[in-house]
Amino acid sequence: MARLARLRLDDREVERMAAELSKVLDHVARVRELDLKGVPPTSHAVDMAGVMRADEPRPSLPVDVVLAAAPEPVDGGFGVPSPGPGGE
Amino acid sequence: MTSAGIDYEPVIGLEIHVQLRTTTKMFCGCELSFGDPPNVHTCPVCLGLPGALPVVNARAVHFATMIGLALGCEIAPRSLFHRKNYFYPDSPKGYQISQYDVPICSGGRLGDVRIHRVHLEEDAAKLVHVGTSGRIHGADRSVVDFNRCGTPLVEIVTEPDIRSPAQAHEWLALLRVTLRQLGVSDVNMEEGSLRCDANVSVRPVGSGQLGTKTELKNMNSFRFLERGVAAEIARQTELLRGGREVVQETLHFDPASGTLTSLRSKEEAHDYRYFPEPDLVPLLVSGEMLAAARAEVPELPAARAARYERELGLHPDRARDLAFRADRAAYFERALASAPDGLGAVELANWIPQLVERIGSDADPSESRVSPEALAALAAMVVSRQASRDAAREVLRTLVAEGGDPRAVVEREGLGALSDDGGLADLVARAIAADPDAADKVAAGNMKAIGPLVGFVMRETKGRADGGEVTRLIREQLAVR
Amino acid sequence: MSELIELSAAQAVARLRAREIDASELFEAYRERAAADELNAFTWVASAAPEPVADTALCGVPVAVKDLFCTEGVPSQAGSRILEGYRPPYTATVVARLAAAGAPLLGKTNQDEFAMGSSNENSGFGPVLNPWDRSRVPGGSSGGSAAAVAAGLAPWAIGTDTGGSIRQPAALCGLVGVKPTYGACSRYGMIAFASSLDQAGPLTRDVTDAALLLSHMVGHDPMDSTSVAFPEPITLPSAEDLRGLRFGVPEELLGDQAGAGIEPGVRASFEATLALAEELGAEVDTCRLPHAPHALSAYYLIAPAEASANLARFDGVRYGSRVAGDRDLETMYSETRAAGFGPEVKRRIMLGTYALSSGYYDAFYGTALKVRTKIAEDFREAFRRFDFVVTPTSPWTAFPLGSKTDDPLAMYLNDFCTVPMPLAGIPAISLPSGLADGLPVGFQLAGPAFSENRLLEAAHALERAIGFDGSRARA
Repeated sequence: MARLARLRLDDREVERMAAELSKVLDHVARVRELDLKGVPPTSHAVDMAGVMRADEPRPSLPVDVVLAAAPEPVDGGFGVPSPGPGGE
Repeated sequence: MTSAGIDYEPVIGLEIHVQLRTTTKMFCGCELSFGDPPNVHTCPVCLGLPGALPVVNARAVHFATMIGLALGCEIAPRSLFHRKNYFYPDSPKGYQISQYDVPICSGGRLGDVRIHRVHLEEDAAKLVHVGTSGRIHGADRSVVDFNRCGTPLVEIVTEPDIRSPAQAHEWLALLRVTLRQLGVSDVNMEEGSLRCDANVSVRPVGSGQLGTKTELKNMNSFRFLERGVAAEIARQTELLRGGREVVQETLHFDPASGTLTSLRSKEEAHDYRYFPEPDLVPLLVSGEMLAAARAEVPELPAARAARYERELGLHPDRARDLAFRADRAAYFERALASAPDGLGAVELANWIPQLVERIGSDADPSESRVSPEALAALAAMVVSRQASRDAAREVLRTLVAEGGDPRAVVEREGLGALSDDGGLADLVARAIAADPDAADKVAAGNMKAIGPLVGFVMRETKGRADGGEVTRLIREQLAVR
Repeated sequence: MSELIELSAAQAVARLRAREIDASELFEAYRERAAADELNAFTWVASAAPEPVADTALCGVPVAVKDLFCTEGVPSQAGSRILEGYRPPYTATVVARLAAAGAPLLGKTNQDEFAMGSSNENSGFGPVLNPWDRSRVPGGSSGGSAAAVAAGLAPWAIGTDTGGSIRQPAALCGLVGVKPTYGACSRYGMIAFASSLDQAGPLTRDVTDAALLLSHMVGHDPMDSTSVAFPEPITLPSAEDLRGLRFGVPEELLGDQAGAGIEPGVRASFEATLALAEELGAEVDTCRLPHAPHALSAYYLIAPAEASANLARFDGVRYGSRVAGDRDLETMYSETRAAGFGPEVKRRIMLGTYALSSGYYDAFYGTALKVRTKIAEDFREAFRRFDFVVTPTSPWTAFPLGSKTDDPLAMYLNDFCTVPMPLAGIPAISLPSGLADGLPVGFQLAGPAFSENRLLEAAHALERAIGFDGSRARA
């Protein structure tokens, strides 16, 4: 789970978090006791749909502003360690 | 038990990503970018800055609807966007906004392949490998450019209906001309506006079950698609023949070496944790939007080819050749409109490949010096025997170089057909006199012997004589029935 | 000077309009107090008043803004070390709207990291102290905004509420706090915790100020797809009684069993307020919210799930801190996030990742979404008979710093009465109902979607009758 979330946890943290999370999960798992057959899910409380914008351009940010907070600006881009093969 | 003797058949499905040719990105107002310096078309939304929110581009929805209609899909009046979670530097938010269990289009068919679904999503950023030349010495670096990030994409997923690499190639070509005709994308594989992944499996011929499939990623040309799929079929078949198993994995085809390499190790199996995108509300395609999309879907290549066959009597190959290229079809139809009585569509259509051969297959014939009206006039002259076929080819060469009216060219170059009253009968008499052997054979009914006689006349007329007319005169003079 | 500070924001607007006081003097009075903040309520304070804009509705009365609202060129760190020093290139719609209405930015206020917390002890920049008792928490997550307004370091402030993050600190600091209908205030530029629940709202000294500030926050924003046009203007309340109104007291939240965790002082103040409401003409009766006891569980699945995705963008690539940049990509990600996030944020990311992971989605996240449907139905049903559902805002008054940090679940239970409303997307207001052992107690009213004006009217009538005096915290 920590790997999926890209969080390095040391052994002590893992132990502590596992205990805390299992307590929380025990509590929240009570929702599974409810009979919810046929109940539709609500991912949004407001009943809205079909919100779109016209395909009209808005100004982009200047490159120096884009890179202002970059930890590793390189040639107008964001430097990162090269990923291994994979990803998308 | 050995499976060495079993014949296997491939089962292929394609997943195609198409960049839509909108003005702005899928979820923000940045303009789409082609070959610009890095990160000049970015904003808080497509950079994934904290607090930024997506808003759906209406034209992207319109284009996706047009694609769905063109592919005969059912258009969902209400569909959902989901978040697809994964960490990678090309994904600024740590998730891609895509569609999951309720896509905008589902079902459908193009040619002989069924469409499973078509959905909307956003493109990722571009990651450029710069090696160890970056700021941090000795470390292998890449640079992220977010210009492409957020470009609207549709993903088209087929059913596994394809049975050979050649069919995959051919079908993808049909899809490409269809999308090009719709005007919704540049559909250029080399530039990445059309990208194709293939799901490949093999199974014993006659088996109704699907084998374990592998996914071949991003083959960026038609040739690579065909070669990559062929290589994978061969690899899987060999595995199974050797009594081994195919492992479900993602593969990358290296066209230079012709080899396939695995992209992901097994423990890296992705868990995308899809869930409904809370920053967006459900997507609606109203009756009005549907009507607007329908109004903009033109006659599509497959339908046009069928019409050429059915209504104009064109041979299927010729019909597809014209119909699958919008520029050729438009040219052909203009020429047909100006064709005089007596010039049939079949005869006219035969001239298009000859024109294409001279101007190059990438060129739009409408942009050549040969107007459609001129080509129709030339074809008509052949039909009415005002010019021989060979002479007309000469004239076409002149027209391609200089343009103009074919009738004027014929007159100027003296390429008009020699008919009977032009002394053709006398020439035929001379040919018979010059080769009595051949004449005797022809008179005896051996029509194969007519060649030297016709050749004599053609030589004398430098090809201006009409071959059919010459044959008729020979038969007449030798009293062959 | 102290006379300026004692004016409510609405009073200050009236004096400024009448040119009885000067806007730059008012700004400077607050700026000095904010700069001398001893409560750790502010993470950044403006160095000078901006150029005054003529003829604005709010006449230059400055506003304190929760750190998680992006403000161009000004630190916007959402209480997290991973965003330390981050200055965004754009400003949140709500903040821009307030500035245009004549409420300039006074400073950015401390908060629980990424709005995850009920005590403000989860801030990467240290805890905030409660001005009523500096050994106690101000509540959270908008604890800095609450402490700043309560202590008179700011005339008013904005915060965000996901599961109670405006109402609970308002209650613990003796303020009025409003969580508006979902969609009423644009979320554009608000650093997200849980996108389907987050809403901006005011924290103010009284109900009139809350109405005034809220009236300039709401409105449709084309940059936020979930934003809606408020159907009517927010008006200043004037009601003095509650005749014809029906208050429902949910037995699932307050019955003998469920309400056992409510402190006696809080319960006493709540009962007294109900009696007062009846005196003002309201009918008070028990109502049913059958699924409300499961709201907390649904909330602690949905909010962390959304947060786990919302916080994935903090990866050390484009902004924020980076650790182990010279190592491989995976190591950089994991180390950056391990160093930048505090323990509560990590806990919720893990919880959310788990709730969404394959094999668990249906059992956890999917189930929570269905519970959400039932909770919204419960409220719709209750509002057929009642105008408002009322509860204590928090089961406890301000608790001592450090007293609940070892037990995350106990801390989560604090949100018992405040999480059902955001799950249903409906508005709620908390106002001070009195003191218990010298500490403020909050009274919560919740109404149907877009009932803000009616909520503010009822709260106004109660406020007059209660006569709460918050001046002690400003002393």
